[in-house]
Amino acid sequence: MATALHAAAPDEKGPATSPDKTLLRFITCGSVDDGKSTLIGRLLYDSKLLLDDQLAALEADSRRAGKAGGALDFASLVDGLAAEREQGITIDVAYRFFETGRRKFVVADTPGHEQYTRNMATGASAADLAVILVDARHGILPQTRRHSRIVHLLGIRRIVLAVNKMDLAGYDEARFAAIVADYAAFAAEAGIEDFTAIPMSGLAGDNVARRSRRMGWYRGPSLLEYLEEVPGEPPAADEAFRLPVQWVNRAGADFRGYAGTVASGRLRVGDPVRILPSGARTRVARIVTFDGDLAEAAAGQPVTLLLADHIDCSRGDMIVADDAETPLVEQVEADLIWMAHEPLVPGRSYWLKLGTLTVAASAARAEPLGLNDIGRATILLDRPVPALPYRRSRRLGGFILIDRATNATLAAGMVAGFPSGGPENRLERPGGRIIRLAGDPARARQAHERLRARGRTSFVLDRASLLTELASDVGADEAELARRGAAVARLLSRAGVTVLIAPDLPATAALGPELDLSDPPESWDWII
Amino acid sequence: MNAPFAPAPANARLSHLARLEAESIHIFREVAAEADNPVMLYSIGKDSAVMLHLARKAFHPAPPPFPLLHVDTTWKFRAMYEMRDRMARECGMELIVHRNPDALARGINPFDHGPLHTDLWKTQGLKQAIDRHGFDAAFGGARRDEEKSRAKERVLSFRSASHRWDPRNQRPELWDLYNVRKGRGESIRVFPLSNWTEADIWHYIAAQGIAIVPLYLAAPRPTVTRDGLILMVDDERFRLRPGERPIERWVRFRTLGCYPLTGAIESRAEALDQVIRETLTATTSERQGRAIDREGGAASMEKKKQEGYF
Ligand SMILES: Nc1nc2c(ncn2[C@@H]2O[C@H](COP(=O)(O)OP(=O)(O)O)[C@@H](O)[C@H]2O)c(=O)[nH]1
Repeated sequence: MATALHAAAPDEKGPATSPDKTLLRFITCGSVDDGKSTLIGRLLYDSKLLLDDQLAALEADSRRAGKAGGALDFASLVDGLAAEREQGITIDVAYRFFETGRRKFVVADTPGHEQYTRNMATGASAADLAVILVDARHGILPQTRRHSRIVHLLGIRRIVLAVNKMDLAGYDEARFAAIVADYAAFAAEAGIEDFTAIPMSGLAGDNVARRSRRMGWYRGPSLLEYLEEVPGEPPAADEAFRLPVQWVNRAGADFRGYAGTVASGRLRVGDPVRILPSGARTRVARIVTFDGDLAEAAAGQPVTLLLADHIDCSRGDMIVADDAETPLVEQVEADLIWMAHEPLVPGRSYWLKLGTLTVAASAARAEPLGLNDIGRATILLDRPVPALPYRRSRRLGGFILIDRATNATLAAGMVAGFPSGGPENRLERPGGRIIRLAGDPARARQAHERLRARGRTSFVLDRASLLTELASDVGADEAELARRGAAVARLLSRAGVTVLIAPDLPATAALGPELDLSDPPESWDWII
Repeated sequence: MNAPFAPAPANARLSHLARLEAESIHIFREVAAEADNPVMLYSIGKDSAVMLHLARKAFHPAPPPFPLLHVDTTWKFRAMYEMRDRMARECGMELIVHRNPDALARGINPFDHGPLHTDLWKTQGLKQAIDRHGFDAAFGGARRDEEKSRAKERVLSFRSASHRWDPRNQRPELWDLYNVRKGRGESIRVFPLSNWTEADIWHYIAAQGIAIVPLYLAAPRPTVTRDGLILMVDDERFRLRPGERPIERWVRFRTLGCYPLTGAIESRAEALDQVIRETLTATTSERQGRAIDREGGAASMEKKKQEGYF
């Protein structure tokens, strides 16, 4: 058996290597024992990147594990950590590399157990394509549907349904057709537009690298042929230029460059741009790289921009084409994949990182979410953030939530849309919040200080500040005092100032939420 | 099943090297922006050479905003020390050389002390240097294709205050959003070359004209064979066993470390393109030339990592 497998490997020369290939990243998903490790091992093996000393170790491993009756155990090629080996399952994302004459491949190998949904999401986030494995004997399982939904949610549009272990199903066409029909029905319901189904046997090598003679009824490509030929991604041509500023490069007194990776669109020297969130306008003077200045740059390229005018711009800001429509939002509807043991707590303050910007955020409305759950939530941000829906841009619509105490990454989020889409969501200079404070008046100062530390202007509007001038004539008319207070608060907030209405003013002076500072809730921090 | 392909990540159009380069530069900028006191571990080999080149690209025209740290064992090839000093000068970066004073005092060497040599000079030396300078992020040139346990390493690998690596407690990494936040005393190892393969490294060196230590190219060198390895007699400290005499052989190295522990291969590949051709049709993986991985069997690298070896 071992020799037969050796012989099955292509005997032509190793892949012609060339520095100018394209790269395809894909993820493999399947339930435990569907044959994922075997299939990946087979891909590595057949693409001739199995080197001799790894092979020797492989043979030793196969003997030790006593698996497969002395045949090569391809799975042991791709099992990594000792702890996992003891459990006999893979528990994390492992990355594998192989190449053919035309493409280089990075495989994110993720485990099948439901409790490792988070690893699957991690692998899928960077993938161009997903290979979903099913065992021909078992057909489409709940796990298959779950993996497909996650892959779809993460925006992967290319799905290969790998119907594996066809050797154990007699290489039967009808069996294959039934599984494909089953999956097609599910796909239609799940909103998956397209998939390619391939019957194969990872163990015997049928339709993995080369087309199988044992399934003459199948006319399509082998898996490897498909992976090699699946067309290059169409450029996201119609997206406008956008670049989240990563790093301000101060190389000398006169040099102030804004470094980042172009997230969408293209840019030419001289193009008019705006800085978000400030809205300041200028032009691009130079596109600087180590290999010389560029005349233009496109999505995916790391560059350093020099602007024509001295304009305030820092890490977390975004440089966009002047005519780019980029909403600045303080609320998003998002799909969350929860990745931590500790569940989501609505109202609690988290860090949210989107692009190069980290802001405080909390979930307002959310389904209960625990480890490996997926659900929709309304996320409130502590300041306006430029963002796009995830389906338009992974870079500008994907975010992570971070625990403020432990710094753990808690969730992956995908912007689904912007609630109540009112024009205020598009304001480039959004209003400040108006918050009525209750409890100890001394806390108002504290809140003010805290906002200042975060770079936000605020104003404590109290009875004394109104009575000195603006309301010196109202006397005992509390309603009038409240009316004038509310008017001032609105004006200030329109100018971008957060107004903290002190407890000594009538409640009707405030339009915003009330905050009792003697008993600050978890959400205290983001509200102010 | 015939719906057209929807748009996917726009950067899929770049050649694979351009895509890898972009990814590494992104990582450098992200970590430099968010870490307090980063450093680059510079081991002088070809991976370090590529890593340094990428760091320069990320911050051009400024020099990279962190120093280079060489955790020295005093037993590197002479040609490596020359390259190290030359590169530090050229890049305008500060070079910090750390030699474990304890190992120095005890005269730890690869001839007498076996595994202790690596542990004291490298593992302990690295921890000392990081603690002494208070570095909170260290860039390293490890690649996922090098070895099985590395295949699961994150780009950002968190180490406790005692430098331990817990494979079960690593953060998920989504898209190119790196969570660089950490607690007091914790540090991060950052691997910007995670997704590069050995072939990528060589192609990139050739395409970019990156300077590498000449030992990677074949030349006649004084050698002895011992325990199945071809060792180069690089200076008079090499202890010859009775009957051993250095013989001139045409050799080159696939990896560079301490010269008494690093095996050469016989080769006539004097030029880079010849090396690339030989390497990419080679039938042994590159770490095979290193004695360090052999100590302790299959799970040895993983154990070393848990103990804090890079
Ligand atoms: N008959 C047959 N067995 C297979 C095939 N692929 C995998 N197996 C076997 O199925 C078992 C599980 O395979 P493995 O690759 O470890 O599955 P994983 O848990 O998905 O990684 C092993 O005993 C394999 O030898 C196949 O195509 N045909």
